[in-house]
Amino acid sequence: MYKILEKVDYSDDTYMQVIEAPAVARTAQAGQFLIVKLHEEGERIPLTIADFDRDRGTVTIVVQAIGKTTRELQTYAAGTSLSNVIGPLGLPSEIENHGTVICAGGGVGVAPVFPIARELKKAGNKVISIVAARTKSLLLWEDRMKEVSDEVIVTTDDGSCGRECLVTEPIKEMCEEGDVSLVYAIGPAIMMKFCCKTTEPFGVKTIVSLNSIMVDGTGMCGACRVSVGGETKFVCVEGPEFDGHQVDFDLLMSRQRQYLEQEKIAYDYYLECRGDKACLT
Amino acid sequence: MSDIENKGNEGERELSKKERMAIPRTPMPEQEPKQRAGNFEEVTMGYSDEKAITEASRCLQCKKPKCVAGCPVGIDIPAFIDAIAKQDPAAAIAKLKETTSFPAVCGRVCPQEEQCEKVCIVGKKHEPVAIGRLERYAADWEAAQGEAAKPEIATGKGKRVGIVGSGPAGLTCAGELAKEGYQVVIYEALHKPGGVLSYGIPEFRLPKDIVYRECEYVESLGAEIKLDYVIGKTMTIDEMMDDGHDAVFLANGAGLPVFMNIPGENLNGVFSANEFLTRANLMKAFRFPEYDTPIKVGKKVAVVGGGNVAMDAARTALRLGADVHLIYRRSREEMPARDEEIHHAEEEGIQFHLLTNPTQIIGDNEGWVEEIEVIEMELGEPDASGRRRPVPVEGSESRIPIDVVIISVGTRSNPILTQATPDMELNKWGNIVADPDTLATSKEGVFAGGDIVTGAATVIQAMGAGKVGARSIDRFLRGLPLKPEPEEEGAEAEGAAAK
Repeated sequence: MYKILEKVDYSDDTYMQVIEAPAVARTAQAGQFLIVKLHEEGERIPLTIADFDRDRGTVTIVVQAIGKTTRELQTYAAGTSLSNVIGPLGLPSEIENHGTVICAGGGVGVAPVFPIARELKKAGNKVISIVAARTKSLLLWEDRMKEVSDEVIVTTDDGSCGRECLVTEPIKEMCEEGDVSLVYAIGPAIMMKFCCKTTEPFGVKTIVSLNSIMVDGTGMCGACRVSVGGETKFVCVEGPEFDGHQVDFDLLMSRQRQYLEQEKIAYDYYLECRGDKACLT
Repeated sequence: MSDIENKGNEGERELSKKERMAIPRTPMPEQEPKQRAGNFEEVTMGYSDEKAITEASRCLQCKKPKCVAGCPVGIDIPAFIDAIAKQDPAAAIAKLKETTSFPAVCGRVCPQEEQCEKVCIVGKKHEPVAIGRLERYAADWEAAQGEAAKPEIATGKGKRVGIVGSGPAGLTCAGELAKEGYQVVIYEALHKPGGVLSYGIPEFRLPKDIVYRECEYVESLGAEIKLDYVIGKTMTIDEMMDDGHDAVFLANGAGLPVFMNIPGENLNGVFSANEFLTRANLMKAFRFPEYDTPIKVGKKVAVVGGGNVAMDAARTALRLGADVHLIYRRSREEMPARDEEIHHAEEEGIQFHLLTNPTQIIGDNEGWVEEIEVIEMELGEPDASGRRRPVPVEGSESRIPIDVVIISVGTRSNPILTQATPDMELNKWGNIVADPDTLATSKEGVFAGGDIVTGAATVIQAMGAGKVGARSIDRFLRGLPLKPEPEEEGAEAEGAAAK
């Protein structure tokens, strides 16, 4: 069992959990992900590592509750335990000194960008971070990003905080000014797609972290396959990070919708039976 | 049937060879095809005591039995069958366990028709003795008694062995080494132990209770199973060696599913057999939404491939309510699946499209599978495998409307472990190179066996490799040369038979 040591709700449907998993924390690196399973009947879901503390033996996740499992996970308070936490999985980010790097996070995507920005900063890069969300209440980790960035730009779609614009606007401006060596863009598939469309004309390499559906997360099932540069790749063992200009985002988004119908059934069933196994019979 | 059973049951005097040969092979009771197509209960129901004794009395107790050599782990087959014939199942299971740790598994999933039963002397003129069914009978008898009898465990050797993977190779190796008094830790990547026995083989062919019981048995011998541990990620092999493991056995299995590289393969509704079976078996998606993991079957499913995994996927899809079409590019004779599995699949109503190969999968506007295009094949000259090569018949394409496609055309090696171990020698397919006699790898103290070395093979071959690995690790840790010296041959004969 893996104990949740801290839990913070950021909004009605976004939250952070710090989980005790010493074996995972020991080798965790920026860019990697976990597979988490709540209980015996639970599904295995991939969640990107938002932070880790090797001394304390913890890994941190920041989650947006959208499906049945992420909503159920939100009810897990500090002191409760998860049945399985597996990782660190996937390849770590390739960290080197590129020069100036933009680290853009959309919504909860800011959290997985954080350890990458931290490592890029350590490696001597000038890190300009963009913390983006639809609206102010969904912004998160601005303070943390400030600690590891030379500059932080906040954007909201509705202008409720920071600049009123999409995440792509400051990226475009900086690309136009030149001097951007690399962009990291992590968030919803649609946000990553448009970040890549923005940087492509400037030839600025853009790394994205793909969040496809997975079962085992260790290369066994192939559920996570995506098309990168016209070739099929497994996100779990060949990713999760890829050159965004090569990724077929439309295929990724189509594949992400594969179980929408079942998600609803599972969630309705969960609401009906929450904590009451007797309703199964 | 009853008079035959009576004949077998007489037991008063020894049956003559002729009388034994006259008894027909005892059929295994099975669920009716129609009934079982709608449930996940085990298809075959096992012998009753009477049936087992009758079948056991068919064994000629050959002075020079061929069956023993036909068994990849060299079980003393005539001896355990004799014990069943003498109504002493306890002695039968004890005999089996001298050589195999997992008779309940082997008795169910071994391809006996290609091994022990293929060379059975009775089988020359009649049907061979049903060795596998008798093995299962003895194992199930023991399970019904409650706690399994434990073999003697040698005194502690003060050495620690790490085993990567809790599938058939890893469990066997762990069991053997634990019996020898080594401290054994098995590292399993998934949240349940058993490897392919757990995620791959369906409940109706190998109930998971049996798999978990076998895992508990290995634990009862002193081995520890650490779940959620991905070697190569959570810990590397070098870290294992530094962390107090004196030797390591790699048995992490075949890994990555292979796709066909045809257009449309990434459409929604196309799954690898590994994904489909993992959802159903390991994640119990057949009990969705009680279990969280969903599974898509639709009304009409195409399964591509002709191996055991293809049969398992097809029969699972059938049980989930689909009309199932199996597409295989060669003819029935060339199918790599076990006869019994093909037969069961046919009985249950799987429709076979033989000498047929997919050329593309066609999707609808939403990105979902709609049709599969197939082409007829004919058999040409034999290829490297000795099987006749299937050649497409030009212009014979046709389309089948379909909701779900399951690709079951094999696996290749998983890169996780080997990426993290750059100094390990691999072959051109990415499999670990291991000495065929000792299973030693290019890394000192590291041995490897099972599918990660051979590519996809059978459960019993993996178990055989687990035994060889255990013997080599024992010799390595005792400072002996890995291959027995000629003067040791006598003393090692028993171990060698395990190969």
